Amino acid sequence: MSALTDLTIAQSRIGLDKREFSARELTDAHIRACEDARELNALVAETFDHALERAKAVDKRLAVGDGGLLAGVPLAVKDLYCTRGVHSTACSHILEGFKPPYESTVTENLWREGAVMLGKANMDEFAMGSANVTSYYGNVINPWRRKGDKKPLVPGGSSGGSAAAVAAHLALGATGTDTGGSIRQPAAFCGIVGLKPTYGRCSRWGMIAFASSLDQAGPLTRTVEDAALMLGVMAGYDPKDSTSVDLPVPDYRAALTGEIKGLRVGVPAEYRLDGMPAKIETLWRQGVDWYRDAGAEIVDISLPHTKYSLPTYYIVAPAECSSNLARYDGVRYGLRETDGDLSHMYEKTRAKGFGAEVRRRIMIGTYVLSAGYYDAYYLKAQKVRTLIARDFEQAFEKVDVVLTPTAPSAAFAIGEKMDDPIAMYLNDIFTVPASMAGLPGISVPAGLSEDGLPLGLQLIGRPFEEGPLMNAAQFLETAAQFTARPSYLTGDA
Amino acid sequence: MAIDKATVLRIAKLARIEVADEATDSLADELNTILAWVEQLSEIDTEDVAPMTSVVAMKAPQRADDVGEVTPRDELLADAPETEDGFFIVPKVVE
Repeated sequence: MSALTDLTIAQSRIGLDKREFSARELTDAHIRACEDARELNALVAETFDHALERAKAVDKRLAVGDGGLLAGVPLAVKDLYCTRGVHSTACSHILEGFKPPYESTVTENLWREGAVMLGKANMDEFAMGSANVTSYYGNVINPWRRKGDKKPLVPGGSSGGSAAAVAAHLALGATGTDTGGSIRQPAAFCGIVGLKPTYGRCSRWGMIAFASSLDQAGPLTRTVEDAALMLGVMAGYDPKDSTSVDLPVPDYRAALTGEIKGLRVGVPAEYRLDGMPAKIETLWRQGVDWYRDAGAEIVDISLPHTKYSLPTYYIVAPAECSSNLARYDGVRYGLRETDGDLSHMYEKTRAKGFGAEVRRRIMIGTYVLSAGYYDAYYLKAQKVRTLIARDFEQAFEKVDVVLTPTAPSAAFAIGEKMDDPIAMYLNDIFTVPASMAGLPGISVPAGLSEDGLPLGLQLIGRPFEEGPLMNAAQFLETAAQFTARPSYLTGDA
Repeated sequence: MAIDKATVLRIAKLARIEVADEATDSLADELNTILAWVEQLSEIDTEDVAPMTSVVAMKAPQRADDVGEVTPRDELLADAPETEDGFFIVPKVVE
């Protein structure tokens, strides 16, 4: 493993500006790392030729001092983002062969600032999953393993390929998307940083839609500073997404002052779960102590509707998905199964093209929106959502950030939690509430489980206060001194 | 409000997803499990609560009514399973 793949984004930018290495060399090193790591199945499409061409162009720009904020930074892009002329399938069979004639706004923003795409990252089909086991292109292998155990583990999901690629040093950063925890939970499982911005901070245009009132783009990186760099480029108003917010994008890196004296950190009672591993509880308490010792004020808070977040999510998200995924009909793109009349073509195409979890969610969504059930399920859920958001509003009158664990467990083995859909849904119990309220959340690797797997702590912030949120997160990062490396990199069993 | 076999088939029809006869029982079980689990929301009194209709409080933006860029027709058609003379082709609908 060459040293170039061990850099952070911030370090690579300094090295490129000082001409210590070229963008071409940096990209080359990451392409080699990707080629060596195919067993992890993190990428479903490799775009190496394209990456090398881009890197050469960036070197020319760097030579005249016009590199851009992310010049030469090799990234993996979740397969949910439409990338012009390149495989974009949301890892679903139904989008087989789809090469969009347009580029998503977020990736367009990244390329404008000189970033380089290495390939499309594996993910749960249509972002529906928490273990990256629903992808049409197969499971992703977590670069981490339990101490003394060779059993392959899940990377979390749905942005599992993105998280694995960053953790295994195949890319300096990756784009992800988060609907109920799909950036934060895989970041925690893979020992990296994952940020879900406020709903509306990044454009959703060109991101294949799952649940439109929840979906949000965000970065997965190895440091909080890198997350700040990436978000600064990804974020911004886009006339093509009417829910993107017309607010200036601050200099997020400038917000990382390291000053947290007087910061009010809320600790919600409702996030204490029966049966949660003791190590997660201890780590959470440790996080509280770090803040207290550094002069922050710890405030016990209550978010009483927390336990209803997940069931609310599993009405709202399937309802929106059943509507969004109605467009996959075998007519305009992707798979078509022809047999008989038009109606049969739709039914057969969708039966064959969607995987089991996606079909299940479409059917739940169809049911809760159907005549006679709309009020009992969907309207009820939207009302509870108001209450969940209100809990946070009231809490943020007393605190600046909320500190919680990111997930109720460390990464688990492929095959576990597969029989019961609800056991899998519970992975997102700590991440879904902030999603329901549209709030920004970040996961920071903070410690190791008994068997040597990374554990994350989550910070939730006020709407559009990603800067202060990342400042609080960087404090946590510094306090935790998380330097453990995945077994894929150390070579340990 | 248990979902039976007939309801599964009705939902499948609405969702335009073919469901094999032998799969309806297990699907009904799965859907019933999920619906029983979300049923806990009925514990909450939402009588005077307004439903959330917008995640971020903002006015819907308006744009000038100008002609913008459009993706060329042929580029869009290039992704389609079957096209002819600039049209998407589907199985015959009208006899």
